Amino acid sequence: MKSVLRTLVASCAILGAAASFAADPVVMGVSIPAATHGWTGGVVYWANRTKGELEKKYPGMKVIVKTAGSAAEQANQVQDLQTVNKINTLVILPFESAPLTQPVAQVKNKGVFVTVVDRGLTDTNAQSAYVAGDNPGFGKVAGEYVVKTLGGKGDVVILRGIPTVIDNQRVDGFNEALKGSEVKVLDAKHGNWNRDDAFKVMQDFLTRFKHIDAVWASDDDMAVGVQKAIAQAKRTDIKLVLGGAGSKDYIKKVMDGDKIVSADVTYSPSMIADAMNLTAEARAAGKDMPATTIIPSVLITKDNAAKYYHKDSPF
Amino acid sequence: MQPALIEADTKMNTEAGNTVTTQESTRDWVRRLHGIGPIAGLVLLCIGGTLLNGDFATVDNILNVLTRTAFIGIIAVGMSFVIISGGIDLSVGSMAALIAGAMILMMNAIAESVTSPVLVVLLGIGFALLLGALFGLAHGLLITKGRIEPFIVTLGTLGIFRAYLTYFANGGAITLDGTLSEIYSPVYYASILGVPIPIWVFLVVALLGGLILNRTRYGRYVQAIGSNEQVARYAAVDVDRIKILTYMLLGICVGIATVLYVPRLGSASPTTGLLWELEAIAAVIVGGTALKGGEGRIAGTVIGAILLSVIGNILNLTSIISVYLNAAVQGIVIIIVAFLQRSRR
Repeated sequence: MKSVLRTLVASCAILGAAASFAADPVVMGVSIPAATHGWTGGVVYWANRTKGELEKKYPGMKVIVKTAGSAAEQANQVQDLQTVNKINTLVILPFESAPLTQPVAQVKNKGVFVTVVDRGLTDTNAQSAYVAGDNPGFGKVAGEYVVKTLGGKGDVVILRGIPTVIDNQRVDGFNEALKGSEVKVLDAKHGNWNRDDAFKVMQDFLTRFKHIDAVWASDDDMAVGVQKAIAQAKRTDIKLVLGGAGSKDYIKKVMDGDKIVSADVTYSPSMIADAMNLTAEARAAGKDMPATTIIPSVLITKDNAAKYYHKDSPF
Repeated sequence: MQPALIEADTKMNTEAGNTVTTQESTRDWVRRLHGIGPIAGLVLLCIGGTLLNGDFATVDNILNVLTRTAFIGIIAVGMSFVIISGGIDLSVGSMAALIAGAMILMMNAIAESVTSPVLVVLLGIGFALLLGALFGLAHGLLITKGRIEPFIVTLGTLGIFRAYLTYFANGGAITLDGTLSEIYSPVYYASILGVPIPIWVFLVVALLGGLILNRTRYGRYVQAIGSNEQVARYAAVDVDRIKILTYMLLGICVGIATVLYVPRLGSASPTTGLLWELEAIAAVIVGGTALKGGEGRIAGTVIGAILLSVIGNILNLTSIISVYLNAAVQGIVIIIVAFLQRSRR
């Protein structure tokens, strides 16, 4: 299969040269959601940054980055990448799992190597490799830190993201980590990974609960809204606001020894860069990739924050 | 009126705690109910909220709700004019986001050369209002002189505005510089006589809106155009000019809302103002303005906007309903209120 592919690519190159346009050995299409909030903004930044690095590192490799505003647009884009740009490698962060499974499977059937990132497809046969963040781990690391910071006892409120499988896995992971401690979850509401929604939900949590020890904002964007609401209500009972995803502003707070933001949990948009690097390496060497690569969620504290601080990233 | 509908109305009156005995007084009541549907809905909702959680009726909570309503409410007042004149504007959420982003960038940029932060904030506010008026002017010109459907024009700008914000923000967030943010934050967080500033601004905008709509020639023209554009033209009303003005008025309202919004979080991101257009339109319609234009009430719009935020607030204050069903609850209340104030046809 692989040798067939290589001959195919080679003959494409020859044909291309004959037709007086240069076709490159590895043409990598990168399809990602458009930058609609902080995290995806980071994904776009990392994808474009890695494109430059890869093209420098592997002479002749071509990387095409495309962003999509919806699942339907992304499905069309994947087709175009295959038919128009003649890609032989695809790195895709699917907008949604189900609607993209079929389009990606078709591209793979035409001999394109497919690496799926973060949001899995509903049928794993549609992918050659899978690179993802650790969602249950994201919740678990956060839960463990909350238990530790509160000394095993206290009241917590949760702001959830947009209702998705990812969000469920995270919240389950968090609740799992609280088991055996006396930390109690007062309530969990959806803040939709949005600053404004988080602000409103937090205002209402503050009205409803007279005493809260910690807030698991589960996302740095939401943590911004949460902190504004706490400041407005002039509440001093909250000892910890724990965000997540590792935005540079929140890592900076951790670095500077903020009293309430003492930690953050990584779920870095740079995973798209990891996926592109791993894929490019395997393709250039003509080797296979591990079927699944999980990028662990790590606790960022004052000690290791500097390592995760990327000044130029928009996120 | 069909008997079935009278029956339904009678039932609802009884539920609202009013004993209606004769057919005649029922009809009387029904007629008055059209105007007070949104108020009735709001009162019922507030009673429900208090029963579910005693904290609902606290002053702090009410001020929270009214303050967060201010953005949508102010935009909805402007939207009332556009809808009454027979138009629509789908772009207001994206417009608010772009104005917020542009305003922050502008303030950050001039902060280096202008020494007084207060002046910087004032210039930023002026810029936001100007930008809103210009965007409204562009809409108005495209719709009247360009003869493109308002739905299409504003559907186009809905995408354009948000795309430019995302472009300026590089996909992340645009954040106001620290000292400016501090100077500016009282505009959202400070109170006069115990009432937060956004509520005052909302009140003034609503009063002015009501005054313009009901007491000026311009307001009457807006209603006339929405009711029958051809007749208005024959009556020598400068339809194009009036229409352009409605879109500019809405643009300025979006500008005012943005001026209040920016100090809340001190930042704008691609999620800013998401779906505000639908909330504003819903507030106008729930408030009793006809979507086909011609007639409407600013007071109704204000009640409609408050009603929409109260639903969200109550849902946050309780946990009896699955969080996945929040949107369903909102939808049901909107339909019930629309039913309470449906107009005679």
